[in-house]
Amino acid sequence: MTVLLRADGLAKAFGGVRALDACTIEVDQGSVTGLIGPNGSGKTTLFNVMTGYERVDAGEVVLAGRKITNAAPDRVFDLGIGRTFQLTRIFARLTVLENMLVPTPRGGRRARGADETRKAGRGGPLGLKGAQADRRRAMDLLDFVGIARHAAVPAGTLSYGQRKLLELAYVLIAEPDLILLDEPAGGVNPSLVNHIAARIRELNADGTTFLIVEHNMEFVMGLCERVTVMDSGSVVASGPPGIIRTDPRVLDAYLGGALEDEDDA
Amino acid sequence: MGRQIAEAIVDGILVGGVYALMAVGLTLIFGVLDIINIAQGILVVLGAYLSYVLAVHLHIDLFLGLLITVPAMFLIGVAVQLAFIRPLRGQERTSMTLLVSYAVALIIEGILYKIFGPDYKQLSSWYVTRSVHVLGFYLPYIYLFGFALAVLLIVALYALLYRTPFGRSVRATMQDEVAARLIGINVSRVAAITYGIGVAVTAAGGMVFGATSGGFNPNSGYDLISRLLAIIILGGLGSIAGALVASVFMLTLESLVDVWSPNWAIVVFYAALVIVLVVRPTGFLGRREVRAQ
Amino acid sequence: MRPPGGSGLPGAGWRLGGVAVLLAVAAVFPLVFTNPVITNYGVFALIFAGAASAWNLFSGYSGYISLGHAVFFGSGAYTVGIAAKAWHLTGLAVFGLLPLAAAVAAAIAVPFGLVALRVRRHTFIVVTIAVFFIFQLMAYNLSFTGGTTGLSAPFLNWQAASYNDPFYYIALVIVVAAVALSWLVRRSRFGLQLRAIRDDEDRARGLGVRAMRVKLGAFAISAAFTGLLGGVWFYYLTQVQPPSGFDPLFDLSIALMTFFGGIGSLSGPVLGALIIEPGQLYLTTRFTNGYVSEILLGAIFLLVILLLPRGVIPTATERITAWRAARARQAPAPPDAGPEGQAGAGEGTGPGAVDGPAVRTGGTPR
Repeated sequence: MTVLLRADGLAKAFGGVRALDACTIEVDQGSVTGLIGPNGSGKTTLFNVMTGYERVDAGEVVLAGRKITNAAPDRVFDLGIGRTFQLTRIFARLTVLENMLVPTPRGGRRARGADETRKAGRGGPLGLKGAQADRRRAMDLLDFVGIARHAAVPAGTLSYGQRKLLELAYVLIAEPDLILLDEPAGGVNPSLVNHIAARIRELNADGTTFLIVEHNMEFVMGLCERVTVMDSGSVVASGPPGIIRTDPRVLDAYLGGALEDEDDA
Repeated sequence: MGRQIAEAIVDGILVGGVYALMAVGLTLIFGVLDIINIAQGILVVLGAYLSYVLAVHLHIDLFLGLLITVPAMFLIGVAVQLAFIRPLRGQERTSMTLLVSYAVALIIEGILYKIFGPDYKQLSSWYVTRSVHVLGFYLPYIYLFGFALAVLLIVALYALLYRTPFGRSVRATMQDEVAARLIGINVSRVAAITYGIGVAVTAAGGMVFGATSGGFNPNSGYDLISRLLAIIILGGLGSIAGALVASVFMLTLESLVDVWSPNWAIVVFYAALVIVLVVRPTGFLGRREVRAQ
Repeated sequence: MRPPGGSGLPGAGWRLGGVAVLLAVAAVFPLVFTNPVITNYGVFALIFAGAASAWNLFSGYSGYISLGHAVFFGSGAYTVGIAAKAWHLTGLAVFGLLPLAAAVAAAIAVPFGLVALRVRRHTFIVVTIAVFFIFQLMAYNLSFTGGTTGLSAPFLNWQAASYNDPFYYIALVIVVAAVALSWLVRRSRFGLQLRAIRDDEDRARGLGVRAMRVKLGAFAISAAFTGLLGGVWFYYLTQVQPPSGFDPLFDLSIALMTFFGGIGSLSGPVLGALIIEPGQLYLTTRFTNGYVSEILLGAIFLLVILLLPRGVIPTATERITAWRAARARQAPAPPDAGPEGQAGAGEGTGPGAVDGPAVRTGGTPR
């Protein structure tokens, strides 16, 4: 198993609060890795730091052997990392389809995709929106996540769950190698949660690596082949879901006793 | 030459104190309400006119008159905030309030023109024209009194912010408005009162400005506000200490350049702003922002 | 956003027709109303319509409110003045200097933007104000700008009766070009990214948008048009001085016109200018003391921002659409085409804009 992303000894403090404390984590190429931990354990900060929305105080972030610590968000994007936000960030005033067309086409991973991406990127410096390949791909992706019929409405009118799907879709359009999902199932109704899980499995089968922050234990345990647990800014345990479930350190982290489960579904 | 420079520095520090008074109000308003109060410039001028009316028509001493003008300006500030600023909501609140503030400034300027006309006015009193002779320098009394007033008011402001429950609410709101609301702080009230305080402080600044500017008219607002804005940005938006440091620094700098070339002195002001922003987009003491918004 | 079944207003065909009619009217306006007093209003209205459109192309789309566009306007004016004097140009040749005015303005926009666009939005506004004052001061103090007296244009010995007309048509051409370019930008990926920056700049960067490049590009284009219009304005008035070329009320005026007509939309700035500028002109001629127009400008601005934040035209459009939707609801329920709501509709993606989103309701790309 090759390691795709590695964060080494990350430290980040906000005033007196140490959000990340000697945090070390590894994500294997082609895996679906879960990241769990109680509120305030530093999961979102870790994401922010890895994707350039915050700077680290110390430590390194390494992508496929290359140091990318403190790279700016647009550089992180170029390097093939996509990421969603816990409180969805979409372009509310643009239509759903227009949201999909904002990301700059990268040189895609797959040969087929690369060909289309090249065609899509054309249109001169103004990049006139007439590029058919662009829009077709965008509509395909909207279809894949299931919100294609809302393509023409302003994204601001979408429901929370639909916004999560939109975020996933436009992150996908750049064909990233690694996708960081921040609570993809949070606040979403159960049928949609299964839908999202299925999409993730499909994409993973195609070669995309995932790192997923989630509180929904059933979602995480069912989907991830490896689960990493954070507490107070550092990693306390990492391993297959079955082992993690019963690891005393993990139970400790969640403040004694059974894991707080949202598994009443 | 050395003497001229020394004088320039002393002048700069003294005037800097006065500007600090006005700048502190402006940065306080930004810190709590997250808005840039462009109207502050013309409000200083309004304060000056109020002092003028009290002095000329009622023969009230300038400093005594502050007992009237400061509360009056406080009320005016609260009224403006309630009427024009509170109703604004939404994503682009910051830009909108800036424009609203500009519009209010225009209206006030127009009204002042109508009432007072374009002629330059000057506040005067015995301490404006006379100086004290210290160490070979002539320091006009007004500057000393003004500086003392500035120090007094800034200390009072600090006391208010750090020693009173209200001040705690203000600081909480400055740090995190949502959290402040959640712990029961009436953010709207805090906003209105803070705006009032920020404006009231300008009444004091306005009086000293009116006495030391060498003549003011409604048009003086532009020059004032552009300096004040440069100062608070340099000092870091929301930082009171920063406003203080930046005021003294900028005014001293301008004073020094003025010795060499009066015409270009003011440009130095803005040029310094631009240069600092290139090097450090958050100003001297500003909070580290998470990338350009 | 749209009532099911399509917009409440006429479709694309009708809109194009409307635009054509407007253009035709504008074209024959000076031939019908030959009185120079009236065409004078026309010239100013068009100059400001162009300036507002140019301003909107940057500030409206990106959300960065600039209060320093007077820098470009004045620079354009002074460029034409200085060049005409230096190269001894007169008559129609002076119009040949207009591209130079645009180029100079754009050239100024680059370093200006590189400094100003790195900071947060409200700091940006202040920086634009600061740069504006720097330029005004330079105009007063530099030798080649003529100082307080300013510059004057070579005298045009055209007939008084039709003197305004060439200026009118040149301004008209510029306005049409500005609006056309705004439309093109809106439809392009560049424009999309610009508007995404307005909604969430960090997010846009995280998706590969080269924010600085995009903002700077829009800034420069906007500056070029504004400079162009400054040049026309200078030659029309035959003079420029620091306070008129760099007028602190310039930016507020075009901002007001744009907000009034609907910021971010295509027709908004033009319509706003066509309504407000003649009013302003009238006031300045009627009341020679500046203060009445100032008070009114401020008051109208307050009214617009507080009561009609999305602008008169988008709000009116929404009212009409809602009224029609209410009428349509008496008909059998049309198929579901997505959530109805006014969120974001006022920004020009709604039915009132001259363009429309590229995709019709129903999800099939055009």
